[in-house]
Amino acid sequence: MTRISKLFERVKRDGEPALIAYLTAGDPDGERTVALVRALEKGGADLIELGVPFSDPIADGPVIQRASDRALRAGASLKGVLEIARKIRAESEIPLLLFSYMNPLVRFGFGELAREAVKSGIDGVLITDLSVEEADGYVKCMREAGLDTVFLAAPTSTPRRLELVARYSTGFVYLVSRTGVTGEREQVSDSVGPLVESVRKVTDLPLAVGFGIKSAEQAAEVGKVGDGVVVGSAIVRLIEEYGKSAELETKLEALARELKQGMRRRT
Amino acid sequence: MISSQPDSQGHFGPYGGRYVPETLMAPLEAVEAAWLAAGKDAAFQAELDLLLRTYAGRPTPLYFAKRLSESLGGARIYLKREDLLHTGAHKINNCLGQVLLAHRMGKKRIIAETGAGQHGVATATVCALFGLECIVYMGEEDMRRQRLNVFRMRLLGTKVVGVTAGSRTLKDAISEAMRDWVTNVETTHYLLGSALGAHPYPAMVRDFHRCIGLEAREQIEAAERRLPDVVIACVGGGSNAIGAFHAFVDEAAVRLIGVEAGGRGTALGEHAARFSGGAPGVLHGANSYLLQDGDGQVSLTHSVSAGLDYALVGPEHAYLHDQGRAEYVSIEDGEALQAALLLSRTEGIIPALESAHAVAEAIRRAPDEPGKLYVVNLSGRGDKDIDIYREHFPELDRNEGETQSA
Repeated sequence: MTRISKLFERVKRDGEPALIAYLTAGDPDGERTVALVRALEKGGADLIELGVPFSDPIADGPVIQRASDRALRAGASLKGVLEIARKIRAESEIPLLLFSYMNPLVRFGFGELAREAVKSGIDGVLITDLSVEEADGYVKCMREAGLDTVFLAAPTSTPRRLELVARYSTGFVYLVSRTGVTGEREQVSDSVGPLVESVRKVTDLPLAVGFGIKSAEQAAEVGKVGDGVVVGSAIVRLIEEYGKSAELETKLEALARELKQGMRRRT
Repeated sequence: MISSQPDSQGHFGPYGGRYVPETLMAPLEAVEAAWLAAGKDAAFQAELDLLLRTYAGRPTPLYFAKRLSESLGGARIYLKREDLLHTGAHKINNCLGQVLLAHRMGKKRIIAETGAGQHGVATATVCALFGLECIVYMGEEDMRRQRLNVFRMRLLGTKVVGVTAGSRTLKDAISEAMRDWVTNVETTHYLLGSALGAHPYPAMVRDFHRCIGLEAREQIEAAERRLPDVVIACVGGGSNAIGAFHAFVDEAAVRLIGVEAGGRGTALGEHAARFSGGAPGVLHGANSYLLQDGDGQVSLTHSVSAGLDYALVGPEHAYLHDQGRAEYVSIEDGEALQAALLLSRTEGIIPALESAHAVAEAIRRAPDEPGKLYVVNLSGRGDKDIDIYREHFPELDRNEGETQSA
């Protein structure tokens, strides 16, 4: 059982949804990413999505696009992200999900990736622009290495597609709360409830909901229906704002704590 | 056996496919269903044919470039005159087809990307024709290079959105268009302008351009009573080339030559020659030859021609390349500019810079191939490139001497 599955067993037992924190690895630099993950965990994050920077992030809004740019300019690469994971794993048992676009992983090679990811203490992989139809070879490689493969379900997904997504996913299913790119929104999308309901019909896997969630109130609202709540751009925006400041860790820890406390009140 | 039909998931051999976020998968399936239904619907075909004939100007002539051929002293060169179409390039073929599809799907909002602006202008044109809202994404560098086309789009009622990310060229415009589509997918059709992207776009865009090769084949057989020896076309994404090649793929004796942008050198970042400088990879929904670095980051590209300035080649070209059915070469900026000058002076035809790359390849090989018959796809006209020509031929932009001859 991966750390991801263990986490969601705990979620189920305690009735308290998981806080999933996304950050772009290597922004502002690799060493700092390790420290930022430490701060997020201290604040209450339960799972970390380590974003692999990519030159053409078509599913991301401006905040994560800029983070990707900064990381690449600072010399980030998939190899570097694996090194960051290794350093996090040396000091923490927090579940790590590698979050990437397809091409950097293709270039690295799935076989090599599976081996290196396991060595680095990564628990699973999510590829934003990989449809289940193209995923057979990839899924085989990851499963054989004992890694979870998380796929996206979207408000536009047909029932047939939701079944496919669930069948290809292990660990959890990532529900995209709205049509659109990543980025903070003022309101939780109306799509969330119906989407959660539709996916529950086809799988017993835990469901995490992401895209557009930035505040404790929103996290609490989504946490009422989801087993996990993903916050990305709000975290990355803080990193952008305070990247050069020593305050950043304190700010991130406080944000994670606030989000987590919002979710705890869900009962 | 070379298969021209992709498999059910849009693969040409290992290339193509659907590499997009899940949000776009069902919409792609809907586009595919509409396209397949339209293919079987005589009313759709009749409406498209009527527009192609009476609005766009099909069939386009196949013109024997006598003075150009004679000046080279070798192969006989025919030009397929897509430059004579309404809006000045082949792009209108695909735009008319897709706008009819969008209409059938009940989409009221059309988005598109553009590099050189030819696809943007063609999209703006068909949206005006059908009374649809139109937004075109264009890299700011391309907006600077192709100012005339930016203004044409605005005149047609289209909103042109400048893209400031990355190299500010076609690649970044496509990324931004995809972000728009993933956000507004319920109301919007993405009118992708080349044989690129996720299935069904590469096959669908090709089919809307198949008329180029089908006409050329009939025309050359009428004029010369035989098939051509060589068909040459420029390849950015590769829509005009795949349209020109398609009718000849099964004729093994016809050499198919795609011409990529050699830019200003062979170093990564200085050109858009994907076959010589790239490796298989995934960008904007498809697997194909991609210019990228060792970490899988997409490279910047350069070409004097905005329409060829893109890091990924259309997946069917990748397949034809690997099968050895089509050959791909590259032409550098300077050769393309000189070819444009020669064609202007010998035939009175000013080509688009993209098409000038195909002309340059014909010029390069024709002297060594007397008796051979070439068809060169002249995909667009050069009006949009006048500012770039002026910049590169400054001696033509001086007024000295003219007053004496008056």
